[in-house]
Amino acid sequence: MEAVFANLDQYWAGFRVTLELLLVGGLGALLLGGFVALLRISPLASLRGVATGYTELLRNTPLTLVFFFIIIVLPTLDVRFDAKVGAFLALALYTSAFIAEAIRSGINGVPIGQAEAARSVGLTFGQTVGLVILPQAIRMVIPPLINVLIALTKNTSVAAGFYIVELIAISKQLANANGNAVIPILIGVAVCYLIITVPLGQIAGLIERKAAVQR
Amino acid sequence: MSASSVLYDAPGPKARRLSRIASTVILVGLVGLVVWFVWRVGQPRTTVNGAVLSGVWDPSRWDIFQDKTVWEDLLWRGLVMGTLRAAGLAAVLALIVGVLLCFARSARSALIRVPTTIVLEFFRGLPVLLMMLFIMLAVGTNGYWAVVVALTIYNGAIIGEALRAGIAALPKGQREAGLSLGLTGTATKLLIEFPQAFRQMLPIIVAQLVVLLKDTSLAYVVAYPEILRKADSLKQFYGNRYAFSLFFVVLAVYLIVNFALSALARWLSKRTGPKSEAALITQNTRTMGQADD
Repeated sequence: MEAVFANLDQYWAGFRVTLELLLVGGLGALLLGGFVALLRISPLASLRGVATGYTELLRNTPLTLVFFFIIIVLPTLDVRFDAKVGAFLALALYTSAFIAEAIRSGINGVPIGQAEAARSVGLTFGQTVGLVILPQAIRMVIPPLINVLIALTKNTSVAAGFYIVELIAISKQLANANGNAVIPILIGVAVCYLIITVPLGQIAGLIERKAAVQR
Repeated sequence: MSASSVLYDAPGPKARRLSRIASTVILVGLVGLVVWFVWRVGQPRTTVNGAVLSGVWDPSRWDIFQDKTVWEDLLWRGLVMGTLRAAGLAAVLALIVGVLLCFARSARSALIRVPTTIVLEFFRGLPVLLMMLFIMLAVGTNGYWAVVVALTIYNGAIIGEALRAGIAALPKGQREAGLSLGLTGTATKLLIEFPQAFRQMLPIIVAQLVVLLKDTSLAYVVAYPEILRKADSLKQFYGNRYAFSLFFVVLAVYLIVNFALSALARWLSKRTGPKSEAALITQNTRTMGQADD
């Protein structure tokens, strides 16, 4: 156990990078994913097609491959990012596809009568979506969105393979430096992840139960 | 309500013309963007130290694919013996673990239920990569078993959760009918509840297996020779100028395999069809957001 407590500052450094990846990547993914979800319900068929293609492509590509493209392939084409910016981009792009899917399924989950009622009192497309559909969809969408963010938390670990020194990279370094205390060190890292994921999961469950009562 | 959405009116001639124009503009824009990108990366360029590199479509960047051993390395040793071998075994084991966990999680005795719940929560909150590292470093297995066991535990936990939710969503009458016929609690669960839940959750389970297949690429980080790691070592062997072509081929392989699995999931969900009321409701409301689904 001393190996863990002696290296708390390193843990903290790694934890901060993981949090940073989660926050920036998550924010980017939420914005991008929300936009793509709106495209998917737009009246223009071509916009829907573009959005569908985008989500399907990214959902079927492994995250490692997205990282590989941004960090390793793009530089050979003279497009260079800072490794961290590249990681933000990869995580935001990959997660945005899942966010878009979650929001779309939430929109689909709103009973059709709601949209029919809104249309029949004369609301336009924008009003129907903005005032009637989205406010109901958002409430249903929050638990799946939190699940996507939990997955994102876990996915930040992939950045370890691409020059980002976050929790997993730190744990590799520490495990190499303290060969006799590998298990406590890895358990320490596991605790760091659980500190983020377990409360998020609890919040998702709480909201789910509340939303279930209201409908 | 059949094909079009209720969110907006059926377009009239004016709106249809507008929509056609917009579609054309977007299509032309997208094609233009792709063509520009393809053309741009195809241009020869000069590196910082003055060497001239040929464009990525230049035959000299693709000639390694004439070599049969490259394909053998990528497709046979990388995809089949690396990715698919690990994913296949992990998928089978994850299904078994998932079924066991689902039963343990819904057991009547709190002595079984509570610890399983805690263990499940624990494993669902950890990155697969960390599990792979843990198994490799702490247990000392080789890369293959680290990958298989980590993927089994993680996906088993998720499949177990899905199955449990499926059982919980069944109408209560199913269980009551079983019990009233004189079946024991276990027999009811095994013969009546579980088969229905499994059928309901099959699309979700197949979707999770696609995730499992994609997650084998994490083995790249723990140096297990799957297809991405193979591509990387081929790049190191033949030189950086093949980076793009190798990436292109690996992406194509992944997309083909994953789309095939996703198509299987869609076919399964159509074939099993809506059985419960809840499934019927979701089926009916699906058309709202999307007309092209």
